[in-house]
Amino acid sequence: MKPVALALALAVSAPALAVADPIAIINAKIETVGPAGTLSSATLVMDRGKIVAIGASAAIPKGAQIIDAKGAVVTPGLVAATTSLGISEIEQVPSTRDDGAGGQIGAAFNPAAGVNPDAPTIGLARLNGVTRAFLTPVAGRSGNGAHAHDDSAFDTAGGHEQDDPTLFAGQSIGINLAANSPDLIFKTNAGMVLEFGESAAAAAGGSRGASLIILKRVLADVRHFAANRAAYDKGEGRDLMVSRLDLEALVPVVQGKSPLLIRVSSANDIRQVLKLAREEKLSVVLEGAEEGWRVASELASAKVPVIIDSQAALPASFETLGTHLRNAQILYQAGVQVSIMGSRDYNNLRQSRMNAGTAVAHGLPYQAALAAITLNPAKIWGADQEIGSLEPGKAADVVIWSGDPLEGQSYPLAVYIAGQAQPMTSRSTELAARYKPSTDGIARPAYRN
Amino acid sequence: MALVRVHDFVLPDRTKFVSQKASTVSLRHFILSASALALSVSATLVAGCATTSAAQPAAAPATAPAAKPKAAPKPIIKGMDSHGALDPFPSTYKPLPGVPTAIVGATILTAAGQEIENGTIVFSEGKIVAVGKDIAIPEGAKRVDGRGKFVTPGIIDIHSHLGVYPSPGVQANSDGNEATDPNTAEVWAEHSIWPQDPGFNRAREGGITSLLILPGSANLFGGRSVTLKNVPAITQQGMKFPGAPYGLKMACGENPKRVYGSRSRAPSTRMGNIAVARRAWIDAADYNRRWNDYRAKVAAGESAGDPPKRDLKLETLAGVLNGDVLIQNHCYRADEMALMIDMAKEFGYKITTFHHSSEAYKLAPVLKEEDICSATWADWQGFKMESLDGIAENAGILQAYGACAIIHSDDATMIQHLNQEAALAMGAAARAGIPVSRLDAIKWITANPARAMGIAAKTGSLEVGKMADIVVWDRDPFSTYALAQTVYIDGGIAYDRNDPATHARSDFDLGRPSLEQK
Repeated sequence: MKPVALALALAVSAPALAVADPIAIINAKIETVGPAGTLSSATLVMDRGKIVAIGASAAIPKGAQIIDAKGAVVTPGLVAATTSLGISEIEQVPSTRDDGAGGQIGAAFNPAAGVNPDAPTIGLARLNGVTRAFLTPVAGRSGNGAHAHDDSAFDTAGGHEQDDPTLFAGQSIGINLAANSPDLIFKTNAGMVLEFGESAAAAAGGSRGASLIILKRVLADVRHFAANRAAYDKGEGRDLMVSRLDLEALVPVVQGKSPLLIRVSSANDIRQVLKLAREEKLSVVLEGAEEGWRVASELASAKVPVIIDSQAALPASFETLGTHLRNAQILYQAGVQVSIMGSRDYNNLRQSRMNAGTAVAHGLPYQAALAAITLNPAKIWGADQEIGSLEPGKAADVVIWSGDPLEGQSYPLAVYIAGQAQPMTSRSTELAARYKPSTDGIARPAYRN
Repeated sequence: MALVRVHDFVLPDRTKFVSQKASTVSLRHFILSASALALSVSATLVAGCATTSAAQPAAAPATAPAAKPKAAPKPIIKGMDSHGALDPFPSTYKPLPGVPTAIVGATILTAAGQEIENGTIVFSEGKIVAVGKDIAIPEGAKRVDGRGKFVTPGIIDIHSHLGVYPSPGVQANSDGNEATDPNTAEVWAEHSIWPQDPGFNRAREGGITSLLILPGSANLFGGRSVTLKNVPAITQQGMKFPGAPYGLKMACGENPKRVYGSRSRAPSTRMGNIAVARRAWIDAADYNRRWNDYRAKVAAGESAGDPPKRDLKLETLAGVLNGDVLIQNHCYRADEMALMIDMAKEFGYKITTFHHSSEAYKLAPVLKEEDICSATWADWQGFKMESLDGIAENAGILQAYGACAIIHSDDATMIQHLNQEAALAMGAAARAGIPVSRLDAIKWITANPARAMGIAAKTGSLEVGKMADIVVWDRDPFSTYALAQTVYIDGGIAYDRNDPATHARSDFDLGRPSLEQK
């Protein structure tokens, strides 16, 4: 696991023009996470933003910039399956948060307008190998559901605001993490986000049954609306529970065309969700699923993918009493498509790869763990034709690592997004450079006293 | 190699205290025993000087004027004697049963500056008896094959709220912050601990053998911390680390000013934070003076009158001023740490550790000079303004300056893999061009927190004579894939991954969904 001395060679590959020369990464151990599997010493060629060739004997185009990986591991860029990255910057500073809509708007909420390409958290995530992220709003006001890292949230303990009846948190969108890009969004309306379980019960007035009734009624309203738009616009027909914008946003969901991400934890609640999905013919994805291992075969036969935090090991609430470190492995073994998330906190996206490593330690095969933080999230959100694995024709989102990417001590030596080499600095590395001991004996003038 | 002596670290600017320790302590013992003696004396109604015992040579000088016999000082009513080092809720901890054991052939990270390949560690009756290469295995010792494995000291978390904010996180069991006054130095975390918190068991599976449970950070003075040995127990006292000094949780910055400012009372600003804290230290110094005056009079055989009234809040603060209670100070920003250091100097106490200390790297030379440890996360940062400048290179930069770095959790999940958090910080340091060796990084989660908790003479490194708090890992502990195979606490097997009988489940877990029961 010795870091490969690659930084120098890569220094010349700084981004220049939108249309750069082709780039060939040679002598790489390539984890394609695609049909080609692992290539022990191979070449990857990217051109015009796409991967154009990959393999032991891939032809290197004339004029290509050649990067010698010297045996380093190359993977697809990591894909954050569900996060607030870019729409929420400093958890406890509400003015930096745009990740929730409040009680007035539910399903219609689209976080796109709040995506801040200048947020330092994006550079931080990129320096940890994340190249794409799917942003999923939180129910209620921005800041709801926030997890403080010290104990300072104690005086707001209880979390979910009771004044907010929203079950639908809003729409998910996909962003890339490219530096110096004014518009990061590459996929709009990727799906819809719904809360279920304890938080939804609280929002619905105190019980799961109530939240289920509201939910079914909204879905019925959406179907009614979709079938009677003209009447609705004329003010005819029955009263509907939610606004026209919310109804519109939910039409693709009730048609089963758009994935519905459901935040749910307990085995019992998951069964309720599976029943609902069957009855309403919804295409659902689960986030959380701490007790998923208890209903693994049901999830597998319903072909419902899950996004889990594989470090979860505590009965943190009454809906997660069965939480277990082998969740990922058991789900995978049963045939469930597993994605692994970091904590939702945008400051900790690096955790997704560490969490994947933890899942491996507890039985998940290595390749499945890699897929869980690359290809599977892309599949969930319908972007796997474009990203998620290293295959010709896909976007050239490529990371060269100092070691095994699932090891905490490893770090990216180079990151490419759509073929563009990314700067290997962030606000954090700038701070470190300012304050680390100087190696040249020269005292730096600023901030030394 | 000499063992690290506790007081060398926690009281480095009190070397006089240490060198005069014998006399200072005996004076204290004298005071305590004098009052006890006075009790018995008055009970037996012996007239005249009460301190004729040969055991108290310092008192009752032979030159005392014999012509004027003094009345015995009034006995202090039970529970009314004030001293920061009193132990009214004593430990009932009993080590788990163990047998003499030799782990042979492992890579041993001692956290005392050695990495021993193909090493052997022998322990017996709860203590380490030999560490090194080519160690003779005592007859009758259980031989454990350590080949391919790593052995480290038990992992120590200096910042945990297990038990006081237990799982599941419900209001009914949320007992970590007595957020009713900015100064609650009188509360003790040990009185909030729910020993059945399932988090203790998960932490043990991650190698945690000792941990410091702190009150929360709502208050400037949050209350006393308690050091636990991570064994399953019915009572908190059954986990209490015997002989560990008390700590006092302090907090800088956003939390106290937000909590009390939102209630329109002081403090509502950072300057308010400092003002309220200074007022408290003044009160504590005054309290100390009153008791010292009283004790001096008693010792001199003068009429002392009634003792000062015991005050739990001031007793803890006075305990800090007297060096008995260690300061564990939640503080993120470098500029605020510098203010806390000055305040400590103003009143003559020592800050042992800054916790969270996101900006410690900016102040690393000062922290080294002042001999203050910094306990931090690998890279949790940016969740509030005062953590905005937290960087993953923090521990690495501290290490590069020779300052004391600690990786802590403050989290019931992270405590399960502090070894891997340390690995993240190692990776960031390497990336910044200041690589940290395993020799040093292992100290971040063992010897350094032990030092900062005042228990380094007893645990935290694999050295002869120390507690046999030991973890056997299936590989390099700084790997993401590393799992603790066996966890020994005081030489007894507290957890063995391959022996379900050692997989403790709390009472709360019984009758709940469990993979193991399937």
